[in-house]
Amino acid sequence: MTPPVEGVVERKMDDAMSHTVSRTRMTGIGRVLVIVYAVMALAATGRSFVQIVRRFDEAPLAYSLSALAAVVYILATLALVLAHRRGWYTVAWVAIVFELTGVVVVGALSLLAPALFGHDSVWSYFGMGYLFVPLVLPVFGLWWLRTHRPTGEKA
Amino acid sequence: MILWFTLTQIAVACAAGLFCVVAGLAGRRPSDWTVGSLLLVELLLIAQVIVAIIAPLAGNPPTGDLLEFWVYLISAVLLPIGGTAWALLDRTRWSTVILGVIGLSLAIMLWRMQAIWTLQVA
Repeated sequence: MTPPVEGVVERKMDDAMSHTVSRTRMTGIGRVLVIVYAVMALAATGRSFVQIVRRFDEAPLAYSLSALAAVVYILATLALVLAHRRGWYTVAWVAIVFELTGVVVVGALSLLAPALFGHDSVWSYFGMGYLFVPLVLPVFGLWWLRTHRPTGEKA
Repeated sequence: MILWFTLTQIAVACAAGLFCVVAGLAGRRPSDWTVGSLLLVELLLIAQVIVAIIAPLAGNPPTGDLLEFWVYLISAVLLPIGGTAWALLDRTRWSTVILGVIGLSLAIMLWRMQAIWTLQVA
């Protein structure tokens, strides 16, 4: 008597589990994204700290931008972690769009006006010093945000 | 800085990184092997800290910026600790991928450290 019932229960459990697995798989990729953002935040913060302490007067504009980039990376990391909340979801959008703009504009300027922007920062030369991760990451981030709107409220 | 030691570390970090990325994408949860490979990298980094303290006193001073070197080294030492903590809290295949991403980032940072110590002119 019990075996068939158990079988049904098991199958239901299996369904539930595979469902959970496919869900965690998506949020799982999001976690990798968050970690890569955290590593970039750490790298950008460390570098801009050294630049500002050691040679701020060489390129005040580039190094200020370097520090700003670091702050935005930290903000984006936090916002991605909290992106399931509505307010933070918007913050994540703003931070990541800002980054994408930053890497494209500063990347172009570092080629056009190397005297002002040719100094090492996460964004100069389209993030070449970081294997172009700063260029690819915002695109990936925006894709993730689009596919993970906060549940419940649909705008 | 000691070139062969850096190269050994980069080789180990690359191997651990690739191993964890592949294991993670193959669906493995963090295991003793994957976490252990990153801890091996961490042990070598702690040895690197000791080397970096002793080297300037033993006639191997950095040509580049010592502050920049230490910012890299301290960040590098913190990364595997963070990754391991993450792997213990979130036991999914993606944590294994994260361990791998950290391993590969460390390989790049180790080369940067070597360059700051020996090639960069402050």
